Amino acid sequence: MFKKSRLIGEFFMQGDIACAEGAIAAGCRFFGGYPITPASEIAERMALRLPLLQGVFIQYEDEIASIAGILGASWAGAKSMTATSGPGISLMTENIGLGMMMEAPCVVVNVQRGGPSTGLPTSWGQSDMMQARWGSHGDYGSISLVPNSPQEFFDLTVTAFNFSEKYRLPVFLMADALVGHMTEKVVIPPVEELEIINRKYTTKKPEDYLPYDYGKDLIPDFAKAGDGYRYHTTGLTHDKRGYPDMSFECQNELVPRLVNKIKNHIDDISLTEEYDIEGADVIVISYGITSRTILPALTMAKKKGIKIGYLRLKTVWPFPEEKIRKLSEKVAGFVVPEMNLGQISLEVERCAHNDSIVKLVPHPGGGIHKFEDVLHAIEEVAHGK
Amino acid sequence: MANNTAQLQEKPHPMEDILRMDRMPHIWCSGCGLGSAVTSFVEGLKKAGVSYDKTAIVSGIGCTGRVAGYLRLDSYHTTHGRAIPFATGLKLANRDLTVVVFSGDGDLFAIGGNHLIHAARRNVDINVICVNNFIYGMTGGQNAPTTPLGAYSSTAPFGNYEMPFNLVGLAAASGASYVARWTTMHARRLTDSIATAAKKKGFCFIEIVSPCPTVFARKNKGGTGLDMLKEFQTRAIIDHDADPTKIPLNMDNEIVCGEFVNEDRPTFWENVQSGIKSRVEKFTDWEEMQSNSKKIHHKTFLKYTASRES
Repeated sequence: MFKKSRLIGEFFMQGDIACAEGAIAAGCRFFGGYPITPASEIAERMALRLPLLQGVFIQYEDEIASIAGILGASWAGAKSMTATSGPGISLMTENIGLGMMMEAPCVVVNVQRGGPSTGLPTSWGQSDMMQARWGSHGDYGSISLVPNSPQEFFDLTVTAFNFSEKYRLPVFLMADALVGHMTEKVVIPPVEELEIINRKYTTKKPEDYLPYDYGKDLIPDFAKAGDGYRYHTTGLTHDKRGYPDMSFECQNELVPRLVNKIKNHIDDISLTEEYDIEGADVIVISYGITSRTILPALTMAKKKGIKIGYLRLKTVWPFPEEKIRKLSEKVAGFVVPEMNLGQISLEVERCAHNDSIVKLVPHPGGGIHKFEDVLHAIEEVAHGK
Repeated sequence: MANNTAQLQEKPHPMEDILRMDRMPHIWCSGCGLGSAVTSFVEGLKKAGVSYDKTAIVSGIGCTGRVAGYLRLDSYHTTHGRAIPFATGLKLANRDLTVVVFSGDGDLFAIGGNHLIHAARRNVDINVICVNNFIYGMTGGQNAPTTPLGAYSSTAPFGNYEMPFNLVGLAAASGASYVARWTTMHARRLTDSIATAAKKKGFCFIEIVSPCPTVFARKNKGGTGLDMLKEFQTRAIIDHDADPTKIPLNMDNEIVCGEFVNEDRPTFWENVQSGIKSRVEKFTDWEEMQSNSKKIHHKTFLKYTASRES
C-alpha cells in the first residue's frame, strides 16, 4: 500500500512521537495501550502509523490488559510495545514480572510524571526509577534506559528493542513528561543505517528443542507460537522444558540466571556519557532531563575553579556499579541531582568508596532544580563536607 | 493381576498425541470435572480438524488454569485473570492461530471480568472455555462471583450473601458471537460445541458447569463427584432457545443448557480491515506527507529559533 512508509530525514518533532517513530524503525508492529497523560501521544502516533504498515494497534481496556497483550504478541513473534506513565506502570507490574519469568521480549515506555498516586499528570518527575528496578515482586535482572531529548528518545527506543530482543525481557524506557512533550530537532536515519537486533530463533527440531535451555550467555533461544514447537510457558518456577517445578534446585537454577543474564552483560548494556572525568575532584551524576537542566550549575562551578566531572547515565539499570566504585577511589565525592527525593543517589552511595561523599540534590518533580542548589552541593563536596 | 497391569501400562493413551504424558499424573482431585472437560476439548479439536501446530491454549491461574500445562500445544500459563488480553495479543499478532482460553470462573469473571466483557465487545476471534465449579478450588474453597446465593464457602461461613453472575448472560450481553452452556455430564454435546467454536469466527464462549467434590460439595453437602454429576443429570434441561440472560444458576433450580447464541458478527480484525482500509488507502501519500511535514516543521523550527534569538 505504502511502499515508502518509513519516515526518514530531519524533523521538528515531539519526544513522544519520536519514541513512536523509533519503535516503528526498530520493527515494532504491535502496540497495545491505554490513554494516559503524558504518554498518550505515543499511542496516538502508533494508531496512525501501524495501519499503514499492516501492523496491529489495539487500545485495550486498561494497562493490565495492555501489558498482557504485548506479551502475547511477543510470543507470536511480533516486536511489541506499550506506553504509559506511573499509575499505568503500577497496574502493569504483575505482568512485567510474568514477562521477566517467561522471558518475553517487549518494550514498556514510562513517560514519568510526578507521583505518588495520580500526582502531577501534566508535569514531570523521575520518581519511578526504583519502581522500574524493583516494581514487580521477586528477583530478576532488568534494563532501564533514560533519554534526555526527543532525539535520544528515538535512539534509545531502538536500543530498547535491541536489548529486549537480545536479552529476552521487557525493557523499560524511562522518559519523563518534559522529554515526552518537548519538541526538538530529530534526525531519523534510513533503517539500513540503524543497528537492529532480532531475537535468536532456535534452529533445533521441535523434538530436540528445550524452550529454557541456555548456553554461556544464559539466554534461551526463541520459538514462536504456530511453528510446531508446541512447548509450555508459565509464570511458575519452571525447568528447561518450561514445566513447573517447585523444587529448590529448580528455583536456584532459574532465578539467578534471570539476574545474571543481565549482570553478565553489563558492559554491553551500560550506556554512559562522560565529560572531564579524568582528574576531577567532584563528579556530578545525572540522568534524563535533569542532566540538561543542571548544566548551568556545572559551568558556574567550573568558573569557580572546581575540577568538575560529569557522568550521564543513559542506562540506569543495570546500575554501573564497577564504574562508580572505581571513580570513587579518585574523587572527593559525587553530586547526584535527581527529580525525586533520593533514589539513584542511594545506588551511588552503595557503590562509592567509604571516603567519598555522596550528596543528593533532591527535587519532588513539577519544576526544575535551582542552579544554586546544585552549585552549593558541588562546592560542599569540593570542600570535603 | 500384575500381568494385567503391565499390559495396561503398555497400551498407549488414546490422547497421547496431544496430552503431555510426561506431566501425568495431573494435580486434579478425584471426582473433579476437569478431566471430562479436557477430554471433550481434545475430542472437539479433533472433530473440528484444526491443526495442533496452529492451536494455542492460554490459561490463567487456578485449578482450570492448569489445563494449558497438560496439553501439548503452544501453551501459556499466564497471570491471574489476564489470559484473555494475552490471548488477544497472540491472536492479533498471528491471525493464523486458533487461540483458546481455558480457565475458571474466578479467573475469568472476578479478577479478569473486565477483560472478558471487552474481548466479547470487540468480538476478538478467540474461544473462551470457562469451567464453572462455583468456588475457588485451588486456594481452598473461597467465595467466587459464581457462588450461588446461600451456598457455603470458606469466606462465606454463614452462606453467600452476594448475587452471583450468570456467565452466559454476561457473555451474550457483552456481544459474544457464540454462547453455550453444558455440564460435564453432557460430554458429547460439549464436544460438539467445542468443535463448533473452534471453526467459528469471533468471540466464542462456552461455560462448563463442573463438579468440585473437594471443596464445593464438601461445604454444601453435595456428596462425591459422582453424586454431583447425578444431581446435574436431574437438574439439567436443554433449551437452545432460552434467553441466556434469564437462566441464572442457583443451588436447586434447573441448569438450562444449550447453544444460546450462534451469530455471525464481524470480528475485531475484520472491522479493522473493512472499516479503516478505505480510509487508510485514501490517506495522503506518505512521501508527500513526509515532505510536507518536513517543510512545515522546518518553517516552525526557523520561526521558533528566530523568536528565541530576538
